[in-house]
Amino acid sequence: MGRYVIRRLLQMIPVFIGATLLIFLMVNVMGDPIAGLCGDRQCDPATAAQLEKEFGLDKPVWQQYLTYMGNVFTGDFGTAFNGQPVTELMATAFPVTIRLTIIAIVFEIVIGITLGVVTGLRRGRPVDSGVLLVTLVVISVPTFVTGLLLQLLLGVKWGWIKPSVSSDATFGELIVPGLVLASVSLAYVTRLTRTSIAENKRSDYVRTAIAKGLPRRRVVTRHLLRNSLIPVVTFIGTDIGALMGGAIVTERIFNIHGVGFQLYQGILRQNTQTVVGFVTVLVLVFLVANLLVDLLYAVLDPRIRYA
Amino acid sequence: MPEPMPPEPLLSGGGRVPEDGAIAATGMGGAMDLATAEGETLERAPAGPDGTGPTDRPRSLWSDAWRDLRRNPVFILSGLVILFLVFVSLWPSVIASGSPLKCDLAKAQEGSQQGAPFGYDGQGCNVYTRTVYGARTSVTVGVLATLGVALFGSVLGGLAGFFGGVWDSVLSRITDIFFAIPVVLGGLVLLSVVTSNTVWPVIGFMVLLGWPQISRIARGSVITAKQNDYVQAARALGASNSRMLLRHIAPNAVAPVIVVATIALGTYIALEATLSYLGVGLKPPTVSWGIDISAASPYIRNAPHALLWPSGALALTVLAFIMLGDAVRDALDPKLR
Repeated sequence: MGRYVIRRLLQMIPVFIGATLLIFLMVNVMGDPIAGLCGDRQCDPATAAQLEKEFGLDKPVWQQYLTYMGNVFTGDFGTAFNGQPVTELMATAFPVTIRLTIIAIVFEIVIGITLGVVTGLRRGRPVDSGVLLVTLVVISVPTFVTGLLLQLLLGVKWGWIKPSVSSDATFGELIVPGLVLASVSLAYVTRLTRTSIAENKRSDYVRTAIAKGLPRRRVVTRHLLRNSLIPVVTFIGTDIGALMGGAIVTERIFNIHGVGFQLYQGILRQNTQTVVGFVTVLVLVFLVANLLVDLLYAVLDPRIRYA
Repeated sequence: MPEPMPPEPLLSGGGRVPEDGAIAATGMGGAMDLATAEGETLERAPAGPDGTGPTDRPRSLWSDAWRDLRRNPVFILSGLVILFLVFVSLWPSVIASGSPLKCDLAKAQEGSQQGAPFGYDGQGCNVYTRTVYGARTSVTVGVLATLGVALFGSVLGGLAGFFGGVWDSVLSRITDIFFAIPVVLGGLVLLSVVTSNTVWPVIGFMVLLGWPQISRIARGSVITAKQNDYVQAARALGASNSRMLLRHIAPNAVAPVIVVATIALGTYIALEATLSYLGVGLKPPTVSWGIDISAASPYIRNAPHALLWPSGALALTVLAFIMLGDAVRDALDPKLR
C-alpha cells in the first residue's frame, strides 16, 4: 500500500507540472499580462517596460515558470495586480466554493445513488423509464440554463429563495446553487449506479445471499450496493475537480463570491497571478481527489490489493 | 512491482489494457463525462461481428445495428429532430423571414405577436428569427468540433494503442494532463485572449481539449481489437502494419469512437453555448443561442420569453444528439442483444 501511494504520488508530478505549465503558457504567452494593469487604455511603452521588469516578465517564459513554482512551494502565490496577496483572495474564496462543492456532492450521493438503486432494481418498469428520461433531460439542459430557470422560478416568481447569495454564503443559501451545480453530475451518478446495480443484480453472490435467506434490505445494502459502487465512486472522485472548476457558471448566476467568481474576474481583467494561482490549486485538488478514489477502492472491494 | 489486481475487467478493454494504477478517470470535466463512461461500457463488449443469424446469410455488426436502430423509436425521433436542425441550419430563411440582425428598439421586450411568435428581446430583435438562425452556429460548431476531435483523437489514440511502447506511455501521460484541466476553465483562459469574431477559435479550443477523451477510447478499443485471433492470423500471414490497422483493426474498433463522438457532439453544442454565455465564446454579430441567453438574462423578470425560447432550442438540440448516441450505443452493444 505504502509503495503504491508513493508510486502514484510520483506519477502525479509530471501531470501537475504539465497542467500548470499549460495554463501558465496560455495566460502568459497568449495573453498580455501587462494589459490588465492599465485598465482599458493601452499602456505607454515606458510604463510597460518598467512593469515588465518589476514583475520579472522580461525574463524567458520557462524562467518565469520556474520562479513561480518555486514561490508556490514556499506558500507564496504572488500578489494580484491590485496589491492583494493571492493567498488572501484564496482564503476568502475557497471556503465558499468548498461549501458549495460539499452540498453538490451530498446531493450527488444521496439523490443520485438512491435513484440509481431504485431504478436499477426495477429495470424496465415505469419508474425506471421515467427517471431515465428525467436524467436525459437534465443532462441535455446546460447548467447555466438550469441555473437561470431555477433563479427565475424560485427566486423571482415564487420568492422561495433570494435570487443572489449574500457575501456570507452560508450553507442554507447555497442549497439551490449546489443543486444546480450538481444537476448534470447527479444525472450521471443515477445512470451509472443504475447500470452497475442492474449488472450485478444477476451475479452469483447476490443469488447466494438471497438463497441463504438474508433479508432483501441486507442483500441490497451489504452485497449489491458495495460491489456496485466502484464506478460511481470513481466518477464522484473525478467530479470534485470538475465541480470546483465548473462553479464558474453557477457562481456567476447566483453572484457567489467563490473560486469561480475570482477566476472569472481574474481572467477578464487579465490578472495573471490570480488565475495561475487558483488553477494550480484546482489541479492539485483534482489530482489528490483521484488518488483518494484509488485508495478507496481497496476499502470498498477487498479483492483489490495494492502492493 | 506487482500491479494492483482489478476485481474484474471493470473499466479497461477486456482487462488487458496495460493502464498502470487503477486510474479510471471518467472524463474531462462535467460536460463530457457521460460520453466517456458510456464509451467505456461499450469498449468492454467484444467488438466484431457476432456470428451468423438464424439464416445462413452472415450479418455484420453494422447491419445488425441498423436493423435494431430502424425499429427504435428513440432513434427515429432524435433522427428526425436532427434532420430538421440540419435543414434549418442550411436554409433558415425557409421558416423564418427577415434578418436576425434587424432589430427595432421600440419593440423591445414585447411579447408574442403577429410575425414574431416568440416575441422580442431586450434589443427589440425578433426572438423567433434569432432562435432559428442560431441553429446554424450551434450545429456548425458541434459538427466541426466533433469531426476534428474524432479524427485527431482516434488517429493518435489508435496508433498509440497499436504500436504501444514509449509513445503510448507518453500519450497516456499527455491525456492525463489534459484531463486535469477543467474544460470551462481552460476555455475561459484560452478564449479570453482571442479577439476573432469567427467560430474557428471556439472549434479549435474544443479540438484541443476534447481529443484526449476520444484518444483514450480509441486506444482502448484498438488494444482490445488487436488481440483478436484474426489480427494475429493476419500478422502471421505477413500483413503489413497499415493493412492490419486499416483492414482488420479499424473496422472493429471504430464503434465506441462513433458512440462517444455522437454524444460528445451534443455536449460540445452545450459547451459552445456555455462559453458564449460567459462572454468568451462566440461574439456578436454571430447569432448564437448562448449569446442570446446571456443577453436575455438581465431582463429575466420582464421578458422571460427571450430567455426561454433559445434555452429550449438549445436543450432540445443537445437532447437529440445525446439520445441518438444512446440509441446507437444500444444497437452496437452486442451484450444487450
